[in-house]
Amino acid sequence: MGFFWWGVFPYIVGTILVVASVYRFVIRGTSWHAPSTEIFEKKWLRIGSLLFHWGILFAFIGHVMGVLIPIEFYESIGVTDHLYHIGAIAGGGIAGLMVVIGLIILLIRKFSNPRVKVHASFADYFTVIWLIVVAGLGTYMTLVYNTTVVAYEYRVTIGPWFRSLFTLQPEYELMTAVPLLFQLHVLSSFILFAAIPFTQLIHMFSFPGRYPARAPQQYRARDGYKNSRP
Amino acid sequence: MRIKAQVAMVMHLDKCIGCHTCSVTCKNTWTNRPGMEYVWYNNVETRPGPGYPKEWENTDRYKGGWTLRNGKLHLRAGGPVSKLANIFYNPNMATIDDFYEPWTYDFEHLHKAPKKENLPVARPKSMITGKFIDKPEWGSNWDDDLAGGSEIVPMDPNVQKLQEHIAMEYEKTFMMYLPRICEHCLNPSCVASCPSGALYKRDEDGIVLVDQEACRGWRFCMNGCPYHKVYYNWNTHKAEKCNFCYPRTEAGLPTVCSETCVGRIRYIGVVLYDADRVKEAASVEDPKDLYEAQLSVFLDPNDPEVIEKAREAGINESWIKSAQDSPIYKMAMKWKIALPLHPEYRTLPMVWYVPPLSPIMNHITNEQDLSMDGYIPAVDDMRIPMEYLASLLSADDTSVIRRVLLKMAAMRVHMRAKTVGGMDEMKTSKLLQEAGTTMEELEDMARLLGVAKYNERFVIPTGRREMDDNLHYRQGACSIEGLAPAEGMVTYPYERSDLG
Ligand code: HEM
Ligand code: SF4
Ligand code: SF4
Repeated sequence: MGFFWWGVFPYIVGTILVVASVYRFVIRGTSWHAPSTEIFEKKWLRIGSLLFHWGILFAFIGHVMGVLIPIEFYESIGVTDHLYHIGAIAGGGIAGLMVVIGLIILLIRKFSNPRVKVHASFADYFTVIWLIVVAGLGTYMTLVYNTTVVAYEYRVTIGPWFRSLFTLQPEYELMTAVPLLFQLHVLSSFILFAAIPFTQLIHMFSFPGRYPARAPQQYRARDGYKNSRP
Repeated sequence: MRIKAQVAMVMHLDKCIGCHTCSVTCKNTWTNRPGMEYVWYNNVETRPGPGYPKEWENTDRYKGGWTLRNGKLHLRAGGPVSKLANIFYNPNMATIDDFYEPWTYDFEHLHKAPKKENLPVARPKSMITGKFIDKPEWGSNWDDDLAGGSEIVPMDPNVQKLQEHIAMEYEKTFMMYLPRICEHCLNPSCVASCPSGALYKRDEDGIVLVDQEACRGWRFCMNGCPYHKVYYNWNTHKAEKCNFCYPRTEAGLPTVCSETCVGRIRYIGVVLYDADRVKEAASVEDPKDLYEAQLSVFLDPNDPEVIEKAREAGINESWIKSAQDSPIYKMAMKWKIALPLHPEYRTLPMVWYVPPLSPIMNHITNEQDLSMDGYIPAVDDMRIPMEYLASLLSADDTSVIRRVLLKMAAMRVHMRAKTVGGMDEMKTSKLLQEAGTTMEELEDMARLLGVAKYNERFVIPTGRREMDDNLHYRQGACSIEGLAPAEGMVTYPYERSDLG
C-alpha cells in the first residue's frame, strides 16, 4: 500500500497534470484564463483574494524552504533545528491563516452573492473547498500539532522523499512512518495538483512575468500574424 | 521616419440626432452574446451627463490613460511592476453596477399565462442572475435627453470642472449627443496596460484588437483605457472591444455604426502618420499643446517625398490614393474642424469630433439688420458653454473651440448668402477673417459636411485579403468560434458549458 501511495500515485498525478494541461492549452486554448469575478463584486474580493494569494505565495516560499532545500543546508549555515522550527511555525502559521481566512471569505462570497453564485461552476466550488482542506490541514499541522504534540522534523522524511520523486527513485519507505495528519496533507495536495488542468487553477501557470521587460506598445503585422503570439 | 497608415473616423456632432441606431446595429452585430449583454462598443451619451459607464471621465477614480512625470509618459494606473503587484485584485476596475445590470423581459409569460381577468405583463429579468428585477434603476441610457435632470447632470466630471453654475431650467439648459466607440489610438494605453501582450495595434491599419487566445483575463485594460472602451466578458473571462468592424473595412465597407447612421454624421478614411513621432507628441508638457502636437504627427499624402517613403514602407497604391481622398485628412488636418476627444489623456485618439453649434442664448433683436460680422459675438453666446466643449475636445483650450465654431458659423452664413444674396459683403467680412478661412474652403466644407454621398464619406481601401490561404474556410467563419455559444435563443441565467 505504501508503495502505491508514495511510489506510484505521485507519478499518476504528475502525468495527469502535464498531459491534461498541454491538451487544454493546445486544444482549448481559449479556456485558459484567470477566474475573475471582480466585475460582479469587489469589496469582499479585495479582502479574500489579497489574503489568499499573498498567503499562498508565502506558503509556497515556505514549502521551498522546508521541502526542497535539504536539512544539511541549514546545518551548514548554522541554523539550528530549534531556530528553524520557530521560524517555520511563525511564518508558516501566518501564511496558513491568511490562506484559510482568505478562502473562507471567497467561499462565503461565492454562495452569498447572487451574481457570483449563478456563475460558479462545480469546478469553482471544488477548487475553493479542496484548497480549504489542503490549507486547513497544513495550517493545523503548523500551528497546533507542531506546538502541542511535537515539532515534527519533516525535513528528514517528507523532504527527501519529495526530492527523490524527481530522480525517479522514490524512497517511499520514508513516508510510511510519517504521522497520519502529514500524510493526509500530502495526499490531498496531490489530488489538487491532478485537478489543476480541469479547473481555473491553470491560471497560476500564466503569471505574466515578462511584462516589465517588453515594449509598452505592441504592433502586429499580418505576415507575422499567425506566429507572433507572446 | 516610420510611416504607418491608420483608418480613422470623424463624427459631425451637429448632425447627430441621438437616435441610437448606431448602438443597436453594433450590438446586434457584435455583443448580443452571454457575458456581453452589458457591453456597447458604440454608445451614444447625452451630455452633460455621467456617460457610460458612469463617470468614465473621472480619471482619479479609474486611473485611465497616461500622465506625464518628469517629462516622461507613465500609465496613470501604474507601470508593469505595480500592475503585477496588484494582479490579484484590480483596485481601479469598474463593476457591473458602474455600467448597469442588463435585463430582458419575461416574454414567455405573455403567451404562457393562463386566462385571467388582467392582462399578463412581461416582467424585467436580469441577464446576469436570471432573477426578476422589480425596479431597474440604471441603464446604458438612463439619462437620455437629460432625463435624469438636475440630479444626474452634476455627475458629469466636465460639469464639475465648469467655473459657472450651469442652469438646469428648461429654457436655459443645454444638451448635445456624444456617440462613442473605441478611438483606436496611436498611443493606446490599453495595449500598454496588458500584462499578457494580448492587445495589439495592427500594423497595416492601426486597428486595436484583443487576441482571444493570449488574453488571460487580468483586466487592467478595462480601466487602463481612459475612454473605458475595453470590456470584460464574464462568460469567457476575457477582454473584448470594438474592432472597427475590420471584417467590413477589409472589404472596403464602412463600420456597421457608420453604415447605419441615420444622421449620416460619420466619415471614415485613411491617414498617414509618422510612428516615430508619436511618443514625442504624447509627451508635450502643457496639455493644451497636445492637440497641435497630435496634428503634427500626420503626413501630407500629396507630398511626393511622403508618397515615396510610404511606398518604401510597403503601403500600396490604393492606400496612398485613399489617404489623398481621405475625408478625415480634410476635416481634421486640413480644415481643422474635427477635434480629438480628451486629448489630455495622451493616447492620441483617432475618432475626431466636429463640435456642434447651438442656439444663441439671447434674442437677436433686429434680425434683418444683422450684419455678417454680427455672427462673431454670436458664437460666444451659444447655449453649449464653450468651456464645456473645450473640456471635452481641446483640454480646456476655448480658443480652439471658438475658431471651429466661427468656421462652422461662417460656412452657414456663406451658404445662405449664396442663395439669398450678400456675397460681396461676405468677401470682405471680418467673419471670414476671424474664422481664418476662405470662401472656397467654406464651399468644400459645406459639400463634405452637407451633401457628400456614400463614397465621399467613406473612402476605405480594401485589406487585400485575396492572397490569403483558406479564403473559402474564412468565408462566413466566426473569429470567436469556440468562445461564443451557438447561435439561437439563450436562456438566463446562461450556464457555461466549457471547461472551468
Ligand atoms: C501565479 C500567480 C497567480 C496569479 C497572478 C493569480 C491571479 C488570480 C486572479 C487575477 C484571480 C481572479 C480574482 C478575481 O478578480 O476574481 C484569481 C483567482 C483565484 N486564484 Fe489565483 N493567481 C495566482 C496563483 C494562484 C495559486 C497558486 C492558486 C492556488 C493554488 C490560486 C487560486 C485561485 C483561486 C481558487 C481563485 C478563485 C477565487 C474565487 O473563487 O473567488 N491562484 N487568481
Ligand atoms: S480608446 Fe481604444 S485604442 Fe484607445 S486606449 Fe481605449 S481601447 Fe485602447
Ligand atoms: S445613428 Fe448616427 S445620428 Fe443616430 S445616434 Fe448614432 S451617430 Fe447619432
